[in-house]
Amino acid sequence: MTPTGERRPNPVGSPRTGATPGDVTSRSAVDAPWCDRCGEAAASGPHEGCAAARTLEPPRYCARCRRRMKVQVLPVGWSAVCVEHGESRG
Amino acid sequence: MPEILDQARTQVLENGVGLDQAGVLAVLNLPDEHLTAALQLAHEVRMRWCGPEVEVEGIVSLKTGGCPEDCHFCSQSGLFTSPVRSVWLDIPSLVKAAKQTAETGATEFCIVAAVRGPDARLMKQMREGVAAIRAEVDIQVAASLGMLTQEQVDELVEMGVHRYNHNLETCRSYFPNVVTTHTWEERWETLRMVRESGMEVCCGGILGLGETVEQRAEFAAQLAELDPHEVPLNFLNPRPGTPLGDRPVIDGKDALRAIAAFRLAMPRTILRYAGGREITLGDLGTRDGLLGGINAVIVGNYLTTLGRPATADLKLLDDLKLPVKALSATL
Repeated sequence: MTPTGERRPNPVGSPRTGATPGDVTSRSAVDAPWCDRCGEAAASGPHEGCAAARTLEPPRYCARCRRRMKVQVLPVGWSAVCVEHGESRG
Repeated sequence: MPEILDQARTQVLENGVGLDQAGVLAVLNLPDEHLTAALQLAHEVRMRWCGPEVEVEGIVSLKTGGCPEDCHFCSQSGLFTSPVRSVWLDIPSLVKAAKQTAETGATEFCIVAAVRGPDARLMKQMREGVAAIRAEVDIQVAASLGMLTQEQVDELVEMGVHRYNHNLETCRSYFPNVVTTHTWEERWETLRMVRESGMEVCCGGILGLGETVEQRAEFAAQLAELDPHEVPLNFLNPRPGTPLGDRPVIDGKDALRAIAAFRLAMPRTILRYAGGREITLGDLGTRDGLLGGINAVIVGNYLTTLGRPATADLKLLDDLKLPVKALSATL
């Protein structure tokens, strides 16, 4: 999905990235073609700024399908739900 | 020693009378070489008029995102292309969050909702949530639900909410640059009703929204006029997709100058570190602020962003020999 909710296909043939900081379940590179902070293709840039920001932010996009997730931040931890790929916690 | 600090030593430290707008501006304009002296004086003022205890609080978002207002700093506005989606917290999760907060030693738990003002659904959720927390957790419950009607104020008092947060966010003259969907005066009216109800007033704002130093001083003076029980001091953490998303983070020394100045304007208030301190001040700056006028912290995460682990802040307080305020001291 786009940042506003429209679904987009995965970028075919793009290099893959690994899990971003804060994720409980590490994903394989093949599973995470999207940046979970900005929602852009992981291959579109180094996303170093996103990785740095993610130390103080929960993920907002599903790294597998780019859908915006429903994120609940709690005093201790967070949960993020992708309608397609389920819940992750950190 | 700059004249303003000599004046503050007599007026604020000895007599407990806060600096006026001109005095605050003079502190905000102090050159870097006098910053340490300003912070030391602010710390003395805090110790003299508030004592050494630090009030620890946790906050949680009961209703996130989808807000109809256009506060330009906020990622929860439904009017911007922010990635934050609307989500509600259920009661069991709310109680769990309150328990986790209490386990850190915090005495305050603030329930926050991103709304213009509460509707019937939100008030029902609050009623059930506050009752469940009060039944299971030893902690003071505060709330932040936007603008209220008199009936809602009365209902919150009846629920046992002891403090209500409603930030003015910035000074009156700059507010229209930050929010256009409601006015500063509307916020003030809610604060007036809260004060008259007997609930404690919690009112602060965000520095680094683009206001001038003069407007920062105006804001401190307006808060001092309100005389809130607590002033949460946030520093802008620019959020993607918001109108202020590209603003620079406030300079760390300016943030520390503001902490000292706000303390010297309000010697008796609870001055709380809130959002943005991690990116503005870092660990060293956080320590400087705690020895420069701050006497309360939000521990753990914020509403949509993450904070330092509570254990890190509690260790820092221990290192600084600043005791955490006990629940018995707040009742």
